[in-house]
Amino acid sequence: MRDDEPNVPEASVSRRAFLKGGAAATGALSSALLPETAEAQLPVATTPDARRTMVEMRVNGIPYRHEVPNHTTLLEFIRGDLKLTGAKAGCDRLQCGACTVIVNGRNIYSCTALAVEVSGAEVTTIEGLAKDNALHPLQQAFIEHSGYQCGFCTSGQILAAKAFLDRHPTPSEDDVRLAMSGNICRCSAYKRILESVMAASRAMPV
Amino acid sequence: MYPAEFEYFSPRTIDEALALLSTWGEDAKILSGGQSLVPMMKLRIASPRCLIDINRIDSLSGLRVDEGRLVMGALCRHADVAASALVREHLPLMLDAVSQTADVQVRNRGTVAGSLAHADPAGDWPAALLALDTHLTVVSPRGQRTVALETFLVDAYTTDLAVDEIVTEVAVSLPRPPAGGAYVKFEKRAGDFAVASVGVQLTLEGDRCSDVAISLGALGAIPSRASAAEAELRDQPVTDERLDRAADLVREAAQPFEDTRGSVEYKRHLAGVLFTRAFAVAADRARGSRVSTLHL
Ligand SMILES: Cc1cc2nc3c(=O)[nH]c(=O)nc-3n(C[C@H](O)[C@H](O)[C@H](O)COP(=O)(O)OP(=O)(O)OC[C@H]3O[C@@H](n4cnc5c(N)ncnc54)[C@H](O)[C@@H]3O)c2cc1C
Ligand code: FES
Ligand code: FES
Repeated sequence: MRDDEPNVPEASVSRRAFLKGGAAATGALSSALLPETAEAQLPVATTPDARRTMVEMRVNGIPYRHEVPNHTTLLEFIRGDLKLTGAKAGCDRLQCGACTVIVNGRNIYSCTALAVEVSGAEVTTIEGLAKDNALHPLQQAFIEHSGYQCGFCTSGQILAAKAFLDRHPTPSEDDVRLAMSGNICRCSAYKRILESVMAASRAMPV
Repeated sequence: MYPAEFEYFSPRTIDEALALLSTWGEDAKILSGGQSLVPMMKLRIASPRCLIDINRIDSLSGLRVDEGRLVMGALCRHADVAASALVREHLPLMLDAVSQTADVQVRNRGTVAGSLAHADPAGDWPAALLALDTHLTVVSPRGQRTVALETFLVDAYTTDLAVDEIVTEVAVSLPRPPAGGAYVKFEKRAGDFAVASVGVQLTLEGDRCSDVAISLGALGAIPSRASAAEAELRDQPVTDERLDRAADLVREAAQPFEDTRGSVEYKRHLAGVLFTRAFAVAADRARGSRVSTLHL
């Protein structure tokens, strides 16, 4: 996305630098107005270890302990280090929801959480939903109601729905639409995703 | 996308966090919800050498009522506000704002204090809370100070925080009945930042508007109050003519800039429309109705 140069009140221009190109497209910033930052400095490592941290977390009930570079995202940690590839890298910038996982009961975008930030937490990925070879009611409902086409967004959709239904077991369709607005489906299977979630909400014990 | 490398600290107390911040100065950034900072780091717009993650400082979490104020710790997430029965009952303007901020995933991590510290010109918390009596508690090795939100917001992405200061609390006075408030936001798609937004908080005594605050979001480099419009309405009976004049004054107060979300004229027009809608809902709520702004 290429923004037009914005029109800014003159007095405040000195405090800012303008940004062109894709950066404003992340949702991190609303506009092309940016604070003036120090000269982009690529930090020099002081000691090799200071830029790495031991991360401990329970993922799908299993405790893991891994040393990671501090700038590792939770998504990279889960996919790369733990080899749990159900969480997808879609946009890698908080726009699509394909990377959704559940951390301490809340659905979050793992592409933009740091693994170090989530250290100590309880994490659920799509791999943790089926129990004893039985699919979770949401997984079952997505199959029965064809809640997916290509399937790329599906693990994120199901985890967003799970975090929501765990708190709101008897939602209306509108509640579900609002709760899942952070999960985009490029195949546009929305109608059937909604049907799947509603069916699962009826099937799940309250 | 990776952020540049940085050293990472996860202090357990505010004092530890302050000590780290004093040591690292400009090279450090406080990490709360990370919903603005981490994407900026991934895009290398920000490359701090040191991250001070305050998420494990337990004393900063949650929200409570204290002496007629809603007090939100620095770790109070957007989702905590959305789930608060107290907010639903006494501060519907805040419920409007949070219901339209981003999406559930962002609301589960992002914090109110972080939004204010980020000071995005189109941020919903800066705009919404400006219509209420809002103060921040800020600490540094030099002690603690309280600052009004109006003073705290200095410019786009710029606050009056000194380099060694941390926001620990955001406090909002609970309005006294018969009060009502509403925050109306116009967005291009669900979860986006505002094209423009208006907050109205008022007190109605019969047909007289005894007090009113009007805040404007995304209509200038920082959110602002439409004080001339407030003066037009304050201590006066609410009539259609008076509301029309107030809407004109709101349009005059708006200082939007042109961007991909719209032209100056368009946003200024929107300011008047959103004001009229917000005022109507706020007045209805002051009379006891529970209308929603979500589908306005
Ligand atoms: C896809 C997307 C959509 C969004 N849509 C909206 C929207 O519609 N409306 C809206 O208002 N916002 C929106 N946001 C922004 C969101 O609300 C962020 O949560 C918020 O702007 C920043 O809060 P945070 O806790 O995540 O702060 P962080 O990202 O952790 O920090 C932001 C800045 O504040 C500083 N900081 C944080 N906490 C403190 C503190 N306690 N003391 C001192 N400094 C501190 C940090 O150092 C950093 O500079 C959106 C974000 C995304 C990713
Ligand atoms: S990959 Fe995280 S939101 Fe798209
Ligand atoms: S099923 Fe293809 S993206 Fe949703």
